[in-house]
Amino acid sequence: MSAAAVEIRPPVWRRLFGFNALTAVLLGVGGWYLGWFIGHQVTGPSIDYFGDIDQNDISIFLGYFLGVGGFLIGLGFGVYPWARLRGYPPSLREKETEGVGRYFGLCTDHKVVGIQYLCGIGLFFFIGGLNAMLIRAELLSPTNHIFPPGQYLTLVGMHGTMMMGMMTSGILGPFANYFVPLMIGARRMAFPRIESLTFWLLMAAGAILTTTIFFGGFPTGWTGYEPLNDQANGGMDAYIVFFALVGISMCLLGLNMIATIVTMRAPGLTWSRLPIFCWGVVATSILNLLAAPVLIAVLAMAMLDRTAQTVFFNASGGGSPYLYQNLFWVFGHPEVYILALPGFAIVLELLPVFARKPLWGYRLAVAGLLGVTLLSFLVWQHHLFVSGINADLRPFYMLSTELISIPTGFTFICGLMTLWRGQIRFTVPMLFCLAWFFNFLIGGLSGVFLSDVPSDVTTHGSFFSMAHFHYTIMGGLVFTFFAAIYYWIPKMTGFQLNELLGKIHFWVMFLAFNSTFAPLFAVGFLGQPRRVVSYPAHLHFLNEWVSVSAFVLGASMLVFLYNFVYSLLFARIPAPANPWGSLSLEWQLPSPVPVHDFDRLPVISGEPYAYGEQGGPPIAAPAPAPAGGMS
Amino acid sequence: MATPAIAGGGRPVSHGRRFLLLWLAACVVVTPLVAIFLGSAIPPGNGSEQATSQVFDNTLMLALLTPATLLVVVFLVYVLVSFRSRTTEVVDGPPIRGDSRIQVSWIAITSATVLFLAGFGTYELVQSGAGGGQGPDPAFQPPGHAKALDVQVIAQQWEFTYRYPAYGGVEVPHLVLPANTLVRLDVTSLDAIHSFWAFELGVKADANPGVDNVAYVTTKGPLTFDIHCAELCGLWHGYMFDTGQVVDSATFAGWIKKQRAYFAPVLKYLPPYAESYLPDPAKRAG
Repeated sequence: MSAAAVEIRPPVWRRLFGFNALTAVLLGVGGWYLGWFIGHQVTGPSIDYFGDIDQNDISIFLGYFLGVGGFLIGLGFGVYPWARLRGYPPSLREKETEGVGRYFGLCTDHKVVGIQYLCGIGLFFFIGGLNAMLIRAELLSPTNHIFPPGQYLTLVGMHGTMMMGMMTSGILGPFANYFVPLMIGARRMAFPRIESLTFWLLMAAGAILTTTIFFGGFPTGWTGYEPLNDQANGGMDAYIVFFALVGISMCLLGLNMIATIVTMRAPGLTWSRLPIFCWGVVATSILNLLAAPVLIAVLAMAMLDRTAQTVFFNASGGGSPYLYQNLFWVFGHPEVYILALPGFAIVLELLPVFARKPLWGYRLAVAGLLGVTLLSFLVWQHHLFVSGINADLRPFYMLSTELISIPTGFTFICGLMTLWRGQIRFTVPMLFCLAWFFNFLIGGLSGVFLSDVPSDVTTHGSFFSMAHFHYTIMGGLVFTFFAAIYYWIPKMTGFQLNELLGKIHFWVMFLAFNSTFAPLFAVGFLGQPRRVVSYPAHLHFLNEWVSVSAFVLGASMLVFLYNFVYSLLFARIPAPANPWGSLSLEWQLPSPVPVHDFDRLPVISGEPYAYGEQGGPPIAAPAPAPAGGMS
Repeated sequence: MATPAIAGGGRPVSHGRRFLLLWLAACVVVTPLVAIFLGSAIPPGNGSEQATSQVFDNTLMLALLTPATLLVVVFLVYVLVSFRSRTTEVVDGPPIRGDSRIQVSWIAITSATVLFLAGFGTYELVQSGAGGGQGPDPAFQPPGHAKALDVQVIAQQWEFTYRYPAYGGVEVPHLVLPANTLVRLDVTSLDAIHSFWAFELGVKADANPGVDNVAYVTTKGPLTFDIHCAELCGLWHGYMFDTGQVVDSATFAGWIKKQRAYFAPVLKYLPPYAESYLPDPAKRAG
């Protein structure tokens, strides 16, 4: 290390060459053209449906695959396996001390990956949000159209797919990667290169989904139902590759998190002392690990139907569209809990800090998280109540779906009782957590209507269900995503976010969010199906109201963006090491956190969240001299 | 620790009791209002037996879920007002780590509510099929289903057509049903997945190629109802809607007779009536 420090660094233009994002993009584009070329060479005229417009599914798939391969090689993911093949010794760390450049390539420092995730996911979150603005602009009027119906469906599909795909890692990516090692007293993740790989796969996936517009978009929405999927033109291939890459990334992320938390906890950090956020990460990771492979499999089948003329989902050839629906929702229902559970965990983690009380009912909260995890694998056919499949089993799925509200209720009672008799401080992260209670309450209780078969007959596939899952996912995940940002950014960057702007952001977002999605329950009950480009005239006023509210909601994101850029790049007011007075381990480290996290690994001697308890915190700052509960 | 506010007589306030009273008062006032005004206003309305039972379901669920909503909302408001930190310095609250009585009663109450809801929903479903699509062998049939009027709903991109097997398999572009009749709708598709949603009748059934998805509906008096496709089916999904009618049986008899005469010349070009149809071998469209 000391030898490298005195070495004179080459000029900037020389540092552009090497394994980094720039090389990756160049090799990715090159790989795309190579795949495209090979695809055209191997495709016979009988398969080349779109010869007239030069769209050929085999070319497109090969282009994407080789493009992703080139992208990863350009980032340097091939270097270490190649070195190992040649007999070099194993190493766990790579490129951790290269200035700003380490953010633009393969880096095994979990803190760098966390910040990469935050910026990368943030970028695609804003693209997805922009799509939503365009959707609402189109729905301002039932008759005057901004977009032709094909473009409109592509916008709907891109919004849904981008959000459902990218935001699966919305909290696990930035915050679990950054803070799980710090919370459990480890110096790295279990598989640091895989950690970096999950991030870069996600970036490749996001770029690929965006390229769907060059191939005519896709008409299926985020569910990609067959046989419409098989009918659709080349843009569908982008959807398939996107979601498959996201699936691989999710699966690896879950694997990495579970391995880290199981094997790398500091001495004394027993399972009953684990911070509740880490429990939420474990629960979500189990879902990631077990659900994502089903998604990859079903998309592989859809790809074969589109390229190799198989008939998995083609009724005329002996296949069944039901197969797709079943497999998709076997993934798809755990998927929505992959989005919701990290939100539960963030709320339960932050409430003790701002209510100055221990988490109420720790074991019940853990049971709630794990109960939701288990039950979420048993409910998927509630998405198919009117589809005609397994109609006799509807009472079972109605029961299992409604049972999920019991462990979800554990989260509520634990969170609410943590507030009871507390010393509540209304900081920006706390406001976002409190909003979660209201939003998820509405989202959860409206879900009871959808889980009840007779009621679902009307609400299924309508704007009611759309309002329901926006209350749970946007109200549940995105609000806690912002809570986590406002809470942890001072630790991640060492700078404060502006509190006044944060409060403006919160209030505008909270009010506009409810003003946008609450009327959509009515719109659904009054008979507007989802994903329509036109609607009955009597729903015009409600739709206009919702669109205007949605624009205000979009504007609140600009307040956040301004705050983020202004505070971190221009104002740069240094944050204290522990501005919230938190007792958890990550806040005992200096800001920003040193590369190797801990000089001495901490030893945990008590339960977490010891607010108000005698004898002070059981975790003292890790320091060379043992102090308090430390050894 | 938060010092409890001292009431007039100098006794410490029991926050638990005060909150419970507030919540009960809110429930007593709000729940009947919600059930009476909002519940009965909830669609799909009174257009068929199934729609009526859905409205009943929705009303009952609203009446049950309103106290649950109030519990959380009143609790939040109470807590945020009573237990807000009144100093700028950071003071810890009391270290309460749980209370098994509250935990057990919470689990018991939520479980009982959930089991009741599931049981009630199952009962409503078994009674009449609730208007939902039940696949080719419906398990939950309303009484008298053997004599139901058969109507086939054929979905294709991007319209619905209807065949009446009881009237020579005539195929018509608009749906007309007789009043006060149990109708068996056989919903199927010729291409992608659609969903037949007759809003005021409280009927929704997915249309799958090669599948006969049966839904029962018992019509009431004459009515005009909206039909939408409720499953994304491609380019013109947003325009796949229609209006149907329930008319009295004499009008229906006259109407179907006229349709048979009018469409007789094209009948021989239609495929023979079947429970479902398969699409042409894999053919792609934009």
